[in-house]
Amino acid sequence: MPTINMSVVDLSTFKKSALALALAAGTSMVASTTHANEVEVLHWWTSGGEARAANVLKDLMEAEGYGWQDFAVAGGGGETAMTVLKSRAMSGNPPSAAQIKGPEIQEWGELGLLGDLDDVATAEGWNDLLPESVADIMRYDSHYVAVPANVHRVNWLWANPEVLEAAGVEMPTTLEELFTAGEAIREAGFVPLAHGGQAWQDATVFESVVLGSQGAEFYQQALVELDPEALGGEQMIAALEDFKRLRELMDEGMSGRDWNIATAMVIEGVAGFQLMGDWAKGEFTAAGLTAGEDYLCAAAPGTEDAFTFNIDSLAMFRVTDDAERDAQQTLARLVLEPTFQEAFNLAKGSIPARPDLDMSEFDSCAQQSLADFQRTADEGGLVPSMAHGMAVRADVQGAIFDVVTNYFNDTTMPADEAAQRLVSAAETASF
Amino acid sequence: MSESTTRIHARPTASGWLQAWLPRLVLAPSVAVSLFFVYGFMLWTFVLSLTSSRMLPSYDFVGFGQYARLMANERWWVASTNLMLFGVLFIVICLVIGALLAILLDQKIRQEGALRTIYLYPMALSFIVTGVVWKWLLNPQLGIQAMVQSWGFESFRFDWIVNPDMAIYTLVIAAVWQASGFVMALFLAGLRGIDDSIVKAAQLDGASLPRIYWRVVMPCLRPVVFSAVMILAHIAIKSFDLVVALTGGGPGYATDLPATFMYTHAFNRAQIGLGSASAMLMLGGVLAILIPYLYSELRSRKHG
Repeated sequence: MPTINMSVVDLSTFKKSALALALAAGTSMVASTTHANEVEVLHWWTSGGEARAANVLKDLMEAEGYGWQDFAVAGGGGETAMTVLKSRAMSGNPPSAAQIKGPEIQEWGELGLLGDLDDVATAEGWNDLLPESVADIMRYDSHYVAVPANVHRVNWLWANPEVLEAAGVEMPTTLEELFTAGEAIREAGFVPLAHGGQAWQDATVFESVVLGSQGAEFYQQALVELDPEALGGEQMIAALEDFKRLRELMDEGMSGRDWNIATAMVIEGVAGFQLMGDWAKGEFTAAGLTAGEDYLCAAAPGTEDAFTFNIDSLAMFRVTDDAERDAQQTLARLVLEPTFQEAFNLAKGSIPARPDLDMSEFDSCAQQSLADFQRTADEGGLVPSMAHGMAVRADVQGAIFDVVTNYFNDTTMPADEAAQRLVSAAETASF
Repeated sequence: MSESTTRIHARPTASGWLQAWLPRLVLAPSVAVSLFFVYGFMLWTFVLSLTSSRMLPSYDFVGFGQYARLMANERWWVASTNLMLFGVLFIVICLVIGALLAILLDQKIRQEGALRTIYLYPMALSFIVTGVVWKWLLNPQLGIQAMVQSWGFESFRFDWIVNPDMAIYTLVIAAVWQASGFVMALFLAGLRGIDDSIVKAAQLDGASLPRIYWRVVMPCLRPVVFSAVMILAHIAIKSFDLVVALTGGGPGYATDLPATFMYTHAFNRAQIGLGSASAMLMLGGVLAILIPYLYSELRSRKHG
C-alpha cells in the first residue's frame, strides 16, 4: 500500500510540475502578475551599497501605501538586465519601471512602449529642477518618460598621494603635466597609470582625452553629433595621438584587467593614477580610505571646465490600469525627492540629479563634482558620456569602441587612419 | 473469400494499431519540441537576418542588406580569419598530440590507467576554468614570463596574450591543452580495436615499428580521425566561453571569433539583424563540414 501511495503522489507532483513548466513556456516566463497598486521595478543595482540604496526607494513606496516588487537582475553593465527586459517586453508583459538610460530611452519610446510622466513633472516642477541637458534625456517626443536617479561624473583622475610624494609630483591639470608626472612616477618605480584593457575602459579614457585635449565644444561635435568633419579632422587626430601616448604610462599586464583591479593598484600604491568614473570611489570607500587624504580626486587633465555625465534613470512603461498608473507616478515623484536622492547617492558615489540639495553629508570629491556639474550646466561644458551609452545609440557606440580599442592596441595604425575609421564607424553603424 | 480476408486483416489492425503507433505517439512530443525549438528557431533566425531588427525583432524586410553589412564589417573578417587560424591549428595539433599520446600509451606500460586519467582530466574542466587558469599563466606580470625572469633570464619574453598579433595563438594553446587528452582517448579506443594479427603479419614481413604505425595502423584508424575532426571542428566553431574567459576578445578585438561577434552584436549592441546574419553564416560553416561527412558516412555504409 505505501508504495502505491508513493507512486500516486509522485505522479501528481510530476503532473503539477509538468503543468507549471508548460504554463511557464506558454506565457513566456511571466514571473507573476502585478497587483493594481504595485510597481515592479527592473534594475541592476545589485552590489551591496546599490542594493541598500534601492531598498530606500522600496521603503518610501511602502510608506506611501504602495507595493514594491523587486526585479533585480545581476550583471555590472546591465546587459543581462536589458536582455531580460527585451524578452519581457516582447511577450507583452514589461515591468512598470526599468533602469534604462541615455539614448536607449528614445529607442524604447520609438517602440511606443513608454508611458508619460507629464502630470508629475508639472506638479513637481521638473523643468525648473533639472538642468536642461538632463531633462532632455528624460523626455521622448517632448513628454517626460523617465526620471533620473543620479549623476555620475566620468572624467575623473584618481591618485595615490603617497606615490605622488615619492615621485615628487603634483596632481596634473593638463595632459602635458600628466605625461611629465607619469615619467617621474615610472622612474620612482611605480606604474604611472593603472588601466584595464577592456573596450569600454579604453573608450572611457579616450573620451576624457578628447575632452581634455580639444575641449567640450569639439567633444560635442565629434562624439555626440558625430559630425564627420570633426571625427576625421585635425583635432581628432591630435586627440588620438595624445590618447596613444597614454599607453606608454600603462603596464603591460593591463589587457583584459577589470576596472576595480586597476583601482586596487592605486589603493595599494602600485600605481599612481587611474582615469575612471566616480564609481571608483566605491572601491576607495570600501577600502576604508578618506577622500582628499588617503586618495586624491581631480577632473581628468585638461577637463576642469567640463563634465561628462552618466545618468542612471528609471523609465516608465505604458500601463492601462489607473491604480497601477497612480503607483508609477508616485514612484517617479519619490525618485526625485531629496530623501531618496541623498540616501541613494551617498551609497553609490554619484551626485544627486537635482542640484538644489544640501551636500554637507557628501565627501569632498562629491561636493566638487556637484559644484562642477552646476557650473558646467550654466557655462556649457556639460556633455554626455559616449563610453557609457549617454551620447549615441548602442550600435554606433559599439562601432566607435571597435575603432578606439583597435587603434589603442595596434602598434602600427597611424592616428589619421583611426580618425577615418571613426568617420565610417559613425556612418555605417546605423541601418 | 473476400469476407474472410477482411476479417483476418481487420483483427490484427484493431490490436496492432496501438502496438504500431504507441512508440510514435510517445516520441511525437519530443519530435515536435525539437522541430519547434531547433529548426523553428533556425528558421526564425534566418527570417530575422533579412530584417532591419535592432533592439527587438521587427519584420521590416531589407533583403540581404544585413549580409552585405556583415561583409563590409572589418571586425567580422577579423573574427572569421581568427576562426580559420584557430580551427586549423587546434584540430591539427590536437590530432598530432592525441595520436602520439595514444601510441605511446599503447605500449603495454605500467600504470596506464593512472596516466590515461591524467591526460584525460583537462576535458573534465569547463572551457571557462581552462580560460581563467591560462589567463593567469600567460599574464606577463604574474605567469610564465614573470617566473622565468625571476630565475634570472631577464630577457625572456612570453607576452602573447597582450600582443594583438599573437593573442589568437594563446587560444590555441589553451584549447589544445583541454582537448588533446580527449583525442588521445578516441585514438586509444581505436588502437585497441585493431586486430593484432595484422600487426604481427607486418612484423613478420620485417616492417619497422614507425612504418607499421604509419602504413598499417593509421589507415585502420581513419574512422576515428574522422570523428575526432568532426568533434574538434564543431568545438572550434562554437568556441565562445574560452574567448570570454581567456582574453575577453582582446587586446582590442584581436581574438574575436564569430560566436563572440554574434553575441556582442545581437545582445549588447542592439543589432539583432546583423547578429542573426552572422549566426546564419556560422550555421553555414557547420553544414559545410557536416554535409560532406554525412554523405561519405552514408555512402560507405551502403557500399559496405
